[in-house]
Amino acid sequence: MGSITPDFRFGNFVGSIIQLVLVILALVTLLILPIIFFTLFFIPLPVIDGQVLTPYLFFSMVVDPARTLPIVQFLMHTDLFRAAVFPGFAFAALIAALTIYVERKLLAKMQLRVGPLYAGKIEGIFQLLADGLKLIAKEIIVPSGADKPIFWLAPIMFISTSAAVVSLIPVASGWVVADVNVGLIAAFAIFGFFPLITLLFSWASNSKYPFIGGLRALHQMIAFEIPFFLSALPVVILSGSLNLSDIARSQNLFWYIFVMPINAFVFYISSLAELERIPFDLPEAESEIVAGWLTETSGMIFGLIQLGSYLKLYALCGLFVVLFLGGWYGPQIFPPELIPGASASNIPLLKIFALDGLYNPITVNSIFWFTTKTFVIILLMLITRGINPRIRIDILLHTGWYKLIVLTFINLFIVLILIYSGILGPGGVISSK
Amino acid sequence: MSSLEEKINEAKDLSIQIVKDTDDDRLMTLSVGPQHPGSGHFRFVIKLDGDYIVYADPDPGYVHRGHEKMCEYRNYFQNIPHLERPVIHDSCNITYSYSLAVEDLIGITVPRRGQFIRAIASELNRLVYTLYWLAIYGIFLGHSTMFMWPAGDRELLIDLLERLTGHRVTHAFNIPGGVRNDMPINFKEKCLTQVNYFEKRLKEYEHIFYNNPLMRQRTEGVGILSKEDAIKLGVTGSVLRASGVPYDIRKVEPYDVYDEIDFNVQYMKTGDSFARAYVPLLDMRESCHIIRQLLDRTPESGDVREKLLSNVKGSPGESFKRIESGRGALSYHIVSDGTSRPYRVKISVGSFRNLLALPFLLVGSKLGDMPPIYWSLNYWPVEADR
Repeated sequence: MGSITPDFRFGNFVGSIIQLVLVILALVTLLILPIIFFTLFFIPLPVIDGQVLTPYLFFSMVVDPARTLPIVQFLMHTDLFRAAVFPGFAFAALIAALTIYVERKLLAKMQLRVGPLYAGKIEGIFQLLADGLKLIAKEIIVPSGADKPIFWLAPIMFISTSAAVVSLIPVASGWVVADVNVGLIAAFAIFGFFPLITLLFSWASNSKYPFIGGLRALHQMIAFEIPFFLSALPVVILSGSLNLSDIARSQNLFWYIFVMPINAFVFYISSLAELERIPFDLPEAESEIVAGWLTETSGMIFGLIQLGSYLKLYALCGLFVVLFLGGWYGPQIFPPELIPGASASNIPLLKIFALDGLYNPITVNSIFWFTTKTFVIILLMLITRGINPRIRIDILLHTGWYKLIVLTFINLFIVLILIYSGILGPGGVISSK
Repeated sequence: MSSLEEKINEAKDLSIQIVKDTDDDRLMTLSVGPQHPGSGHFRFVIKLDGDYIVYADPDPGYVHRGHEKMCEYRNYFQNIPHLERPVIHDSCNITYSYSLAVEDLIGITVPRRGQFIRAIASELNRLVYTLYWLAIYGIFLGHSTMFMWPAGDRELLIDLLERLTGHRVTHAFNIPGGVRNDMPINFKEKCLTQVNYFEKRLKEYEHIFYNNPLMRQRTEGVGILSKEDAIKLGVTGSVLRASGVPYDIRKVEPYDVYDEIDFNVQYMKTGDSFARAYVPLLDMRESCHIIRQLLDRTPESGDVREKLLSNVKGSPGESFKRIESGRGALSYHIVSDGTSRPYRVKISVGSFRNLLALPFLLVGSKLGDMPPIYWSLNYWPVEADR
């Protein structure tokens, strides 16, 4: 209401924009273009597709987008692209954003509501953007007695730790940021950092409710870490590898969920606890301890922690898919060429859509199946929020330390029996090797 | 007489089963409320030893508005709109016993059709109140669907009450002498449809919430109030009935038309938080049953209101009437000196009486049990402060 001044004139507004554009144009022609040409005079230009990338060639690429394909292809195989765009941070953040939107809409439909509706006109698709802008605009309040360095660092540590797990998840064969030979152990090692960050942040807040919340988070995560590790043990035994890509590759004949459904269930429950989602959202139980360890967060500190927890959700669901649901394997549904006969045709527009050298049907198919499976698991994680109340801490600890560990051992023995009877494993009746 | 004194002493012993304030470093003092999402307009100070509550001190009074004093400056009719402020979502019940007491003072009887409409409004409002309570109980346990569903279904009943009384929440419907308006046309059919639909929804509540194993784990065996303790502490309403005492004012001291209605007093014997949460659901079923009977028996025509002067004078004397509200017995004690204004009005509400059980139940329980115990006491802070 108050943001538009009373003497606002639309004509003046348009006029000022035109003025601004003119000033920018003048600056570009007088300063920036000479600087660019002067620089290009000294720098050796890269060779792309057998041609030196002169400014002339660059502008001809703007006219003919088919000629930019080699550049894109070159960029796609750099490490920076993998870490920053795909399958790294941007891809995960996109899925996280989609998750938040779907969660709000799905939960609303379960609860006879409509959910976000107005931002972005169509079913509130820009609600997340609006929320993000609001969080950025908010003042960040640091409690007076807080341990300031840790208070500022913890959200960044939280989101970077989440992103570190994302980097280990293979989306398709060869499409992974860090193809580590001990990928599974690395993932669990990184997950071990979350209780520390939580406790550090809650201690640094210098407040009572965050302190209780931090202690609860510590108890909860440690209680569920052991069943979490144990549920992945039979997978390692069967596949004979700790490399996540190899684990996914070893499931080309059958998915591991068919021989270890109990472990998949335990992994799912432990993931819920690890993520602090309802029914395991004790560290943030609002009716008991306000907002738990997030009580003193405000503005973008809260935003970063939320984004971090949704990245973590994606990482855990991706890990579930890699371990139990056969990673990227699925029926081939993409055709060998996106538009049949496009690469051979002479029409430039069709040539662009052929995406020569970019479109690999097997990779695209892998990415499609991996994303679909991951999203199904994400939906399973979201649905519990609509149907369950919060659990109490003693029941939670009992579940973690007694029931889940016993369940994982039961499934471990089933798998061992199957291996020793010569059905599964190396040289078995059903063997991928 | 000695037995009464013994009882009072026992009650005193009960309430002082709390650990004295010490300088122990193990204890952490938490001030829950009034700006805590799990408290309402209310505060209680608790001391924690690890995860156990060792001390609990309720501190009501944040929304005290002095309704009893305000009554002395207004005449009997002007009192109605402000008397329903303490529980705006149960306003037909909080004005019900006031009207009964004033009618007793003036010495009139309400026409029969008026009595039936009053009872219908009262039962509908009981449903509205209980749904609101249930919604908050759901969100206190972290069950967001159980917050949204009752809040949504409450709209249907509010629409019904709007048709009947003309207002959505603060109805000001019961007045000394009867009810303000007659039933609108087609109200009976509309009410029957909505109530039948609502009964189906109650089954779904049971499926998603009451039969949920996590909810059962969380509330069963938590905050047990035995039958003897419940009677000693003087709790009322669903809290008393959950402890195994089948006590309902509608059955014990039937007012208006309730002696003609066939209904059961719903009670459970366990006395834990689950029972206190489940009895209101049974009550809602019973209310639907009562509404159907009331609609069936309402006289087709007749007055709904005994016409009175706007500054009607009560005869000198006292009157005391009580009814069963959503939170238990709700009674008015009115003293009149013969003028058009009451000399003194005393409101006894169920909320305040149930609050007495709170420290008794909280001490010794875990911090995670605090929300299910606190809200299962059917406590409405605004009403308790009056």
